[in-house]
Amino acid sequence: MEAVSACPSFSARDYKSDVKPVWCPGCGDYSVLSSITKAMAELSVPPENVALVSGIGCSSRIPAYTNVFGFHGVHGRALPIATGLKISRPELTVIASGGDGDGFSIGGNHFMHACRRNVDMTYIVMDNEVYGMTKGQASPTTAPDWEKSKLTPEGTGINPFRPLVIALASGANFIARSFSGDPNHSARMIAEAIRHPGFSFVQILSPCVTFRPEQRDWKAGIRQAPVDATTDAARAARRLMTDDGFNIGVLFRGDRKPFQPSMKARVESVRDLEKEFRI
Amino acid sequence: MTARSVSITFAGSGGAGVMTAGNMLLDAAGRAGWHGYMTRSSGAQIRGGEAAAMLRLSTEPVESHDDYFDLLVAIDWQNVGRFSAEIPMTSDGLVLGDPEGGDFPEQISAKGTRRAEIPFKKMSKDIPGGRANMIALGAVAALIGLPEDAVNSVLHEALKKKGAEALTSSEASMRAGMEYAANLPASARLETDGVKAESLWSITGNEAAGLGAVRGGIRFVAAYPITPGTEVLEWLAPNLAKLGGVLVQAEDELASINQIIGASYGGTPSLTATAGPGLALMMESIGLAVASEVPIVVVNVMRGGPSTGIPVKSEQSDLNIALYGLHGDAPHLVLAPNTLADCAFTTQWAVQLAEALQTAAIVLSDQSLGQSRATIEAPADPGFFACRLRPEGPLEGRYRRYLNTPSGVSPMAQPGMKGYQYTADGLEHNEIGTPSSHTVDHSTQLDKRLRKLTAYDYGEHWADIEGEGDIAVVTWGSTTGPVREALARWREAGNQARLVSVRLLSPVQPEKLAAALDGVKRVLIVEQSHGAQFHRYLRAHYDLPGSVRAFHRPGPLPIRPAEVFGQLANWS
Repeated sequence: MEAVSACPSFSARDYKSDVKPVWCPGCGDYSVLSSITKAMAELSVPPENVALVSGIGCSSRIPAYTNVFGFHGVHGRALPIATGLKISRPELTVIASGGDGDGFSIGGNHFMHACRRNVDMTYIVMDNEVYGMTKGQASPTTAPDWEKSKLTPEGTGINPFRPLVIALASGANFIARSFSGDPNHSARMIAEAIRHPGFSFVQILSPCVTFRPEQRDWKAGIRQAPVDATTDAARAARRLMTDDGFNIGVLFRGDRKPFQPSMKARVESVRDLEKEFRI
Repeated sequence: MTARSVSITFAGSGGAGVMTAGNMLLDAAGRAGWHGYMTRSSGAQIRGGEAAAMLRLSTEPVESHDDYFDLLVAIDWQNVGRFSAEIPMTSDGLVLGDPEGGDFPEQISAKGTRRAEIPFKKMSKDIPGGRANMIALGAVAALIGLPEDAVNSVLHEALKKKGAEALTSSEASMRAGMEYAANLPASARLETDGVKAESLWSITGNEAAGLGAVRGGIRFVAAYPITPGTEVLEWLAPNLAKLGGVLVQAEDELASINQIIGASYGGTPSLTATAGPGLALMMESIGLAVASEVPIVVVNVMRGGPSTGIPVKSEQSDLNIALYGLHGDAPHLVLAPNTLADCAFTTQWAVQLAEALQTAAIVLSDQSLGQSRATIEAPADPGFFACRLRPEGPLEGRYRRYLNTPSGVSPMAQPGMKGYQYTADGLEHNEIGTPSSHTVDHSTQLDKRLRKLTAYDYGEHWADIEGEGDIAVVTWGSTTGPVREALARWREAGNQARLVSVRLLSPVQPEKLAAALDGVKRVLIVEQSHGAQFHRYLRAHYDLPGSVRAFHRPGPLPIRPAEVFGQLANWS
C-alpha cells in the first residue's frame, strides 16, 4: 500500500526571485515582500498557481521580486487586470498590489468597483502617503499640511482619502490593516485575507524613509486594534470613521457571496448559436 | 415598372413603430428569397424624437444604399424633415403620408417627388387595436410586389408571443394597408420570382462581429456600453455564457481593456468592443498589450468624432488613432471589415492573428456596418481560430518569456505551468522579462515586436481585389459597398476599373499593393473622413502609380454609388 503523499510544502524562499529590488535601503516594502512570501508558504499554494498583479510605483515593482506569475501593468490598473485573470481562471490565487497613489488616485474608480464586485482576490496596498517613484509628491492619503513637495509647497489643503472607510462603503468583504515594521503580523493578515472568500483589502503602512523620513516614528504609534474584527458593517463603519489610522488587525469580515459567473457550457459549439440568424 | 432593387424609408416619431415595420419588411423580403439591407437613423433623444428605417431590397446581394429612395412612408411628419438629406429622392419617387400626420415638411416637398395620402390615423381607428405601422407595412409590401405569404409568416413569427389579439389586429392592419395600396399610384416593383434560399440569414454587422469573435475562440469579454458598439457586447453576453465563456460589465473602458489583458494573460482569448471615445481611453493599455505581448482584440465601431461627435452616425475617422494612437514604437494589427458579413470574417481573422502574433489587434468597423441589418447568404466559418504558441517539452534552464526567436514570436506560458513563472511587463525588459533600460535590450525587443508582424505571411486576405484596367479605386471599410456598386455600373457602361479594398491596414503591405496597382494610370481614393486620413496613410506608406485623386467627405451622409461613378466619369 502506497503512503498517502503529504501536501507539498513550501518555504518563503520558494516564492522569491533573484531580482534585486530598486527600493531604497530601509524601505518598508522589503518587509511586505517578505510577508507576502511567508503568507504563501503558510498557505502552501504552489508558486505557479499564484498570480501577483501590480500597477506603477515603487511598491508596484514587487511582482518581479517574487517567483510567482507576475504582471506589472500600467499605472492604476492592477485591479482590472487581476479581475479579468481571476474571473477567467478562478482556480488561481490572485493578489493585486501597489501603492496609495496607484490604488486610491489614478486607480480609485477601480478600487471602489473591485470592492463592490467582490471577486475572490486580495488587494495589498503599501501605503506610505507619498508618490516615491516621481520623487515625493502628495498622494490621496497625505495629510493636507504636508509642505515638503515642490508640487504643493503649501500643502494640498485637501483632507486625506480614507481607504478603509471607502472599502467598507463600497462592499469589500474583508478589511485589515497592518504595518511593515511587524512582518509576522502582515504575513498573518495577508494569509487571512487570501483565505477569506471575496474581495479582501489589506492596507499595510509601509514607511518611505526617503521622502517621508518622519514615518520612522510610525512604529511608536502602531497598536493592535482594541477589539476583535466585526462582521457587522454598521459597527465597522463607526470604528473606521473614528479610527486614527494606526489600529492594526482584521477590522471587518463580511459574508457576501463572491462574484464568479458560471463557466459551464450549455451548447456544444458555435454552430448552435447560429440558428437565431436563419430566416 | 420593375427594378433590380427598391429602396424604402419608413419614418415617423419614435414609438410609431418604424423600426418594427422595417425589420418585418426585411425579414419578409428574406422569406420571399430577396436580399435586403436596412440602416437606421434616429435623433439624439433616448425615447421619442424622430426615427427612420431605410431599406433596400433586391433580387441580388446588396451591401449599400442606392443613390435615391423609391418610397418614403411617413407614419407622421414629426421632425421627419431632419432626415431629408439622408433620404435623397427624385421626381420618380413616391412619398406617402397621413393628411392628419402634421405638416408636410418643406425639405421633402422641395424634392418635387410624387405625393399620395394614406389616412393612417383614421384607418387604424377603424380596426380594433389597429396599428399604423402595420398598415404602412402592408401598403409597402403591396406596392413593391412582395408576396402576402411572406409578410404573413413574418407577422405570425413576430407576434405569436404577444397573443391572438395582437396578431389579429396586426394582420387586419396589414391587410387594410395592402388593400388601400390599390388606390395609390404605382411605385417601383421587384420581380417576384425569387426562390427562398435555404441559407439566408438576417443579421447586423455588430452581431456578425460577435459571431466572428466566438468562432475565433474568444471566451472572455469585458464590456462598457458605448454607441454604436454596444450591440456587439449585447450579442456576446448571452452567447458567451452558452459557450461557457464570460462577459463582465466593467466600470469604465480603462477597466474593460485591462480586464481582457488579465484574462488573456491567463490563457483565455479575450476581446472588448467600443467606439472612438472608449478607444481613446484604452490607448495606454493597448500599448501595454503590445509591450507585454499579451494578445487582445478591440472591435472599434466608428462614429462621427472628435470628442462625443455624432454618436449615432457613421464615419471612418478613427483610422489615425487606430494606426498611430499608441505612444512609443508600438507595432500592432489594424484590420477593417468591408461588408456587413465581413464583420464576422475580419473579427475572426483578427482573433487568429492577435493570438498567433501575441499582440493587440484593433478591428475598425463603423456604425453603418454595425447597426445595419441585412439579409445575406449565411457566412461560412472560414476556420480562423486562436492558436497561441506554448512552451513545449521539459524546461531547460530558465524560462525566457521574451526569447528573441527568428520569427519574433516567443512561446507564451500561462499561470499554472510549473517552472514557467515570469512577470509580464510594460517596462522594457530583457528576454527573461526582468525590467531593463539597456540599449541592447530595448532595440532587441523593439526589433522582435516589429519583426513578428512584418515577417508573418498574411496571405490573400489583406485586401479584396477585383476587376482590371488602368483605373483603380482604393478604399477601405464600409465605403467599399458604394464603390463596388459604382464600379459594377462603370463596367456595365463598357469601361474597366479595379477595386482594391484594404482589409489589413497595419502592418502595411507595400509590395502587395504595388502588385495590385501594377499598370494603373489613375488611382481614385474613396473614404468617409474630413481629414482624408486614408489618403494620407496611403501616401505615407505606399508608392501610388499615375495620377491620384481623393474623394473624401465626413459623415453623416453616406457615400453614394453615383458620386463615385461621377468621380470616374468626370475625371478628364
